[in-house]
Amino acid sequence: MALISALAARPRTLRLPRAGWVLAALLPALPILVIFTALPGTSIELWLELGQTVLPEYLRNSLLLGLGVGTGTLTLGLFCAWLVTRLDFPGRGLLAGLFLLPLALPAYILAYTYTGLLAPEGWLQTGLRELVGARGALWPDIRSLPGAILIFSLGFYPYVYLLAREALRAPIQGYEEAARIMGYRGWRLFWTVRLPLLRPALFAGVMLALMETMADYGAVYHFGVPTFTTGILRTWHGLGDVQGAMALAAVLAALTMTLFALELRARGRARFDFGRDARPILPLRLTRRQAIATWLVGGLIVTLGFGAPMLQLGLWALPRIEQVLAPDFQRLLLHSLLLALGAAGLITALALLLALGVRPSSTPVHHGLYRFAGLGYAVPGMVIALGLMIPLGQFDRWLSAHGVITGLLFSGGLLALLWAYLSRFLALGQQGVESGLAMLRPSLGESARMLGLDPWRTSFRVYLPLLRGSLATVLILAFVETLKELPATLVLRPFNFNTLAVRAHELASDERLADAALPALCIVLLSLPTVILLARMNRHAGTRAAHPLT
Amino acid sequence: MMFKRVLATFCVTLLSAVSVQAAEVNVYSGRGEAFIKPLLDTFTKETGIKVNLVSGKDDALIERLKAEGAQSPADVLMTADAGRLYRAKAAGVLQAVDSPILSTAIPAAYRDPSNHWFGLTLRARVIVYAPERVKREELSTYEDLANPRWKGRVCMRSSDSIYNQSLTASLIAHDGEAATLDWAKGVVANFARPPKGGDRDQIKAIAAGECDVSLVNTYYLAGMQNAEEPAEREAAAKVAVFWPNQKDRGAHVNVSGAGITAAAKNVAEARKLLEFLVSDEAQRWYAEVNQEYPVKLGIAVSPTLRAMGEFKADTLPLARLGELNAQAVRLLDRAGWR
Repeated sequence: MALISALAARPRTLRLPRAGWVLAALLPALPILVIFTALPGTSIELWLELGQTVLPEYLRNSLLLGLGVGTGTLTLGLFCAWLVTRLDFPGRGLLAGLFLLPLALPAYILAYTYTGLLAPEGWLQTGLRELVGARGALWPDIRSLPGAILIFSLGFYPYVYLLAREALRAPIQGYEEAARIMGYRGWRLFWTVRLPLLRPALFAGVMLALMETMADYGAVYHFGVPTFTTGILRTWHGLGDVQGAMALAAVLAALTMTLFALELRARGRARFDFGRDARPILPLRLTRRQAIATWLVGGLIVTLGFGAPMLQLGLWALPRIEQVLAPDFQRLLLHSLLLALGAAGLITALALLLALGVRPSSTPVHHGLYRFAGLGYAVPGMVIALGLMIPLGQFDRWLSAHGVITGLLFSGGLLALLWAYLSRFLALGQQGVESGLAMLRPSLGESARMLGLDPWRTSFRVYLPLLRGSLATVLILAFVETLKELPATLVLRPFNFNTLAVRAHELASDERLADAALPALCIVLLSLPTVILLARMNRHAGTRAAHPLT
Repeated sequence: MMFKRVLATFCVTLLSAVSVQAAEVNVYSGRGEAFIKPLLDTFTKETGIKVNLVSGKDDALIERLKAEGAQSPADVLMTADAGRLYRAKAAGVLQAVDSPILSTAIPAAYRDPSNHWFGLTLRARVIVYAPERVKREELSTYEDLANPRWKGRVCMRSSDSIYNQSLTASLIAHDGEAATLDWAKGVVANFARPPKGGDRDQIKAIAAGECDVSLVNTYYLAGMQNAEEPAEREAAAKVAVFWPNQKDRGAHVNVSGAGITAAAKNVAEARKLLEFLVSDEAQRWYAEVNQEYPVKLGIAVSPTLRAMGEFKADTLPLARLGELNAQAVRLLDRAGWR
């Protein structure tokens, strides 16, 4: 299968025992496998009925949403990355950091805050209506398909931005000069030389944004835009058909897998590492006026993606700020923090292990399993939780039937929850580690081996230091994602164990948005230091990343 | 200090610990912590029985009960609607409870005929309208909202909402499937905008003049009337309540309720908890703080609820709502009610 050849083009030296690698990959893959087992058992009637009534609309909405968010995140992410890598202006590093801020906001909170700000019944329109004496809506409702595309694009463009920025710093000056000599200019240069070189990074970023969009339920529910995921949860909750819901989720996962396969096939055997003698890009120095214009544009993006929602959250949370001091609330903070740290460590470690363990000589089954293990990112968290608690429960019951334990060992503890996070967010780790690996030359591992390092040492002494930046990025992304995670946490957590996201959700789902704002704000504030760290780290990494060997 | 304690709990709960504490009861709740925790704390104070709680999505908690089987640590399942309790009973995760206290306190329509689950609080789905633009005499029944005279004047929440699903189930039970399908199509044709947001958003939409009538649960309106934010109170003040179908079967109601799990290890404690939840004290708390109607007769309600007026409730056995839920969802799909 050519499906996976892009991985094959890269150096691999970590020789795990095959069985060990497969076992490690099966961990995150388990819930997805369980979901797929539901496929043969579903009734044809369900498909026919859904097909005749709601499925066409769900599919249409998902498709348009995917196209819109894909285009939106690609444009925004690439544009922002270009601003801070190819232009030089005062405060460039600061703006580069600010562009990351929307990462800290969960999509469902973006949806709630934008409704609070812009909806016809929100304070802004109510105030304006009273001012001018009008009735009804003053502008189109944000709670619509275009509105959903807008908020997902604003919320998820940082994925594209992060990966594109790294790739834009790669030293491709030589390629561009060669193209210029051949008469390529402007857009043509961009389309024929720059864009293709950025392709792996852009694809990875857009895929993350799309997978996260497809897995979302909270925001699209609030906006009244039923998607394929609405269909999954409606089949479960409304029709009471658990099997059918899992089968629909399996279809979603299979579609994601197909997208990966198509892209990798199209990419073929192309390589994206750059020669040692390539010189880094020199950014274009802006005049004062140009710099101000750049700041205005950049500032607008940050305001829309972060400033405005934070303002609304702040307005809601301020009158309740003293609740932060309650011991109960501090427990929420600690739970969220520890859980996110644990999950981030696990996700990063496993992603690294799996990515280094896929070798050119690995069979298509290995490559396929590697991709499959990351599919959880496109599956709604509640379905992942379902796919996990079924086998864990069975295993526990088997253990106790054979007298090994009494009660439950794996179900109902934090282990199950961490496992669910691993399954849900592994793709983040995979994409991060892969894009880091893509920039290392294959000869690197070979040289190390020739110098007598064994595979494990090669991994730890050669790859690990070179991947430091990518790994830190993965760690932070996984931390922030886990902090925001809701549906799996809601269902799998142990007794008397709450997190900020759970608290925010419970209040928001009772439509007490103002009460929900404080825990939501705390999620953002907890993520903020790590996002700032990410920004600083990358700033210093700057041109060094361009020369992995010097 | 607290950090250490939390860390210790963390390590203990990494694998689920089998607790050995003497008097405790373990609850899976489809209702949020905020709506039951104060009551559970009172219960602990009065009886010395510790309550352990997981609150989450009811359907998922039912699946968790199924997956855990006989090993499940949960003793009590609480949900926010009768349909889910019906589903839990059908899945075989609840057991029958023979308690004179429960059967005396709870009217027969609001509990399972075979005592597998019990309603604890009532909510009613009522018509709210803009008194500026709608005369009270124009309103009558749920059925009437399909009348073309409401064209472009109706706001509704999505049919993903269990509230709309169980209302539709009640209409199927009373009017039959064909008439209910026509009704749903008629209501959809009257929409002022595609369904979006929650119940409170419908009230705000009426206040903003986007539409004239909608259906909401009483406690959402009551919550807005007592909210801290002036904007919520102002919006609530711009709508009025109309109790539908008072001349025939009465307004549609549903319950939040609970049952004891089939796997329960602490049956006596679980039973004490359920009996406590229908005590006068607990029922008053529901009415005063949560703005829900007590399931028990003769309990005083909050001034806010009193101001909404007395009403006649539909006496359709709630188990029917559970039976008809899937049918209602399919019907709403066919009617194009998103």
